[in-house]
Amino acid sequence: MSIGSVPLRFKVEIDPERCMKCGRCVENCSYGVFRKESDNIVVANSRACVACHRCLAFCPRDAIDIYEKPTDYRTHPVWTREVREAVFNQAKTGRIIVAGMGNVLPYPSIFDRLVLDACQVTNPSIDPLREPMELRTYIGKKPAALSVKEKPNGDAELLTKLAPNLKLETPIMIGHMSYGAISLNAQTALAKAVTKMGTFLGTGEGGLHESLYPYQDHMIVQVASGRFGVDINYLERGAAIEIKIGQGAKPGIGGHLPGEKVCADVSCTRMIPEGSDAISPAPHHDIYSIEDLKQLVHSLKEATEWKKPVFVKIAAVHNSAAIAAGIARSGADAVVIDGFRGGTGAAPRVFRDHVGIPVEAAVASVDAKLRKQGVRNEVSIIASGGIRQSADIAKIICLGADAVYIGTSALVAMGCRVCGTCNRGTCAWGIATQRPELTKRLDPETNAVQVANLIHAWTDEIAELMGAAGINSIESLRGNRDRLRGYMLDEGLLNVLDVKTVGA
Amino acid sequence: MCGIIGVIDKRRQLMDGSKIRESLALMDERGSGEGAGYAAYGIYPEFADAYALHVFFDNVRENKPALVQELEKWGRIVHDEPIPIYEAGIKKVHTPWRFFFKPDVTKAQESHTSADDIVMRLVMNTNSARKGSLIFSSGKNMGVFKASGWPEEVANLYRIQDYKGYLWLAHNRYPTNTSGWWGGAHPFNLLDWSVVHNGEITSYGTNRRYIESYGYDCTMYTDTEVVAYLVDLLVRKHGLSEKLAVKALAPPFWDEIDAMPAKEQELNRALRLTYGPALMNGPFAICVATADTLIGFTDRIKLRPLVTGEHNDRLYISSEEAAIRRIEPEIEDVRMPKAGEPVIGRVIA
Ligand code: SF4
Ligand code: SF4
Repeated sequence: MSIGSVPLRFKVEIDPERCMKCGRCVENCSYGVFRKESDNIVVANSRACVACHRCLAFCPRDAIDIYEKPTDYRTHPVWTREVREAVFNQAKTGRIIVAGMGNVLPYPSIFDRLVLDACQVTNPSIDPLREPMELRTYIGKKPAALSVKEKPNGDAELLTKLAPNLKLETPIMIGHMSYGAISLNAQTALAKAVTKMGTFLGTGEGGLHESLYPYQDHMIVQVASGRFGVDINYLERGAAIEIKIGQGAKPGIGGHLPGEKVCADVSCTRMIPEGSDAISPAPHHDIYSIEDLKQLVHSLKEATEWKKPVFVKIAAVHNSAAIAAGIARSGADAVVIDGFRGGTGAAPRVFRDHVGIPVEAAVASVDAKLRKQGVRNEVSIIASGGIRQSADIAKIICLGADAVYIGTSALVAMGCRVCGTCNRGTCAWGIATQRPELTKRLDPETNAVQVANLIHAWTDEIAELMGAAGINSIESLRGNRDRLRGYMLDEGLLNVLDVKTVGA
Repeated sequence: MCGIIGVIDKRRQLMDGSKIRESLALMDERGSGEGAGYAAYGIYPEFADAYALHVFFDNVRENKPALVQELEKWGRIVHDEPIPIYEAGIKKVHTPWRFFFKPDVTKAQESHTSADDIVMRLVMNTNSARKGSLIFSSGKNMGVFKASGWPEEVANLYRIQDYKGYLWLAHNRYPTNTSGWWGGAHPFNLLDWSVVHNGEITSYGTNRRYIESYGYDCTMYTDTEVVAYLVDLLVRKHGLSEKLAVKALAPPFWDEIDAMPAKEQELNRALRLTYGPALMNGPFAICVATADTLIGFTDRIKLRPLVTGEHNDRLYISSEEAAIRRIEPEIEDVRMPKAGEPVIGRVIA
């Protein structure tokens, strides 16, 4: 082979002094890095290491070290290792490079250049331990105005009929990760966590497995272009329905679940043959205009007797604002905007890393556009794709979101080390895999507690941030640009975000 | 800080401004000499059907012709004159002027435009253009008088005691988030709505974006302005009663709503869902007046004081009991309303 091999990425070492030869690393590494040789444990294939850290986490003696190898390439500021390796790979295979998880390019984070404000003397901060803090959020259509008939005796009769809304006890939901992309144990843990926390989980486009029926009141069922798992039973079970048009990790393209991940159970839930590739095309073949979308929104509502909110999810792109305005008028109850840092089970790397825009800018411009058209209050905005911490949530709410979907962070709460190889189906943590020997590593009970803990902790942190800003109800944080300042952001971006600079 | 006082006579008996002046001056400690103001209703009986537009001109000769031209485009100026002012030790930065103006709805482009809508538009356009003219009061048979200075100085500047009204609001300012300037003094007014406020509205950013999507422009650099626009939207445009409007602005907590009987719960939930962006947060005590009503309320956890008193036909609302007693020493029925609870006085004749 004329190109030969590329240099090692991660170097794995076992300290023989510390190793007690228990063999746990051999058992735990699903990538075959370790091997037992007579009485010894050896690193048989460092090259296979993806730095998922499963071995490190389970070595009882801290005997393993994993280094990111300092590059052997001649250093070059432009021709980075990733760029050159991609060229080597594609020169060899002639194929599109597929990758998992989120964008790996070091775009500067807008979240990290926004700071929240706090109040001092003249408007007192509110102590969340002693005063009520309201994070309850309703997602769905709201009327522009209320019509109330008030009688002279003080009785008031509400004439406006409200559309169904989802009641969230925290603005944090978990986004759509399908059974197929992630394991049933992982989905079960997430479903238990959202049920406990009074919030919601998306099913993804993989259908709803029978064992999740007990959590259906906290699940949002997804209708994607492949229509996998979609029938009336599925629609009726969800608390809300989401039409997926686009996804932040891969705007403009559809989904692909490799046949290896389509085991018997997945095939049954998705309603496709076992072992077949599940390909959802980029467009819905019945949606080529906003009118078509409107028809689908209406038919889903009609099918479920107008009892459920219908969301539409799009990837954050430059004309998101105009699209969202169309969606708002299509009768949808919420628009989900998924930024370019969103995770994925598998995507062409070129899309994952290069297409789309940050969710911060997209949400700000959608919020502004909907306000300009006087319909902001009638439709909810859910932001997703790149939410890493509670501060990000507070910031995106200030920029105009009603609530967020988290994805990667919920997986990290279950052990995911963001190794970026979900596409291979060998996730050593039992998350992005369907192999029974791996999925059983994940105990839904303990993992549910961890995910619920994360949501709980973040909810408390948001309450603290609100209290510091002198705000006791989340409605007053939403779209509140006064509580944000841009730190070293350029003027153009400050304008898009409609945020003043620090010091102003 | 900031001191507020409001009084309404339910039988429209007129009160001159002398007592209000004294009452406000009693709260000098709540101010910093950077702004005070008064609103009085019933003061222009001879022009009762015309909108009394109070305007600050930076330079009358330069700025007035453009405004006159604009007004004449939309209606008729019945009368105009400088608002009389007197030596009071205040540095004069603007010339206050008043126009009595009758809009002509046939000149509006859309058939459903009301006279109020025309005046609101004129106010918004004039104030956002910032060309040396600021319309700071635009109701009928009422007017706002304000400037930078101590309460007594501002009262002396306009000789407040010369005006006779059945409903008064007054405000002594301790500016914290914006500098003291004439336009930034309270009361804030739009059409018949006038507002005085003690505190800060931490939800201002949300409230402002909400109200601006309904065509209101916030131009005064201060949080109180939105209150006048929010009540105008909720009460005048959306037809809510003042009581329900206050429930939208300072609603009960979800725990309280959850504990209500089903029907009340439904109404309160609907109010929060629909008017969430109008919900006001932060520490505040607010008095809102309109032609026949005086409303007082505080934020949901009462971070600013508010006291009410009733005596014969008069309802008083103030930051301090002593300020009420300065006007009516005999008063017995003094109360401290609960957080978020609206206190409403209405004329009955
Ligand atoms: S898990 Fe650790 S202690 Fe056990 S064999 Fe592997 S390196 Fe040695
Ligand atoms: S889910 Fe598994 S494979 Fe995917 S990034 Fe996380 S640890 Fe790696």
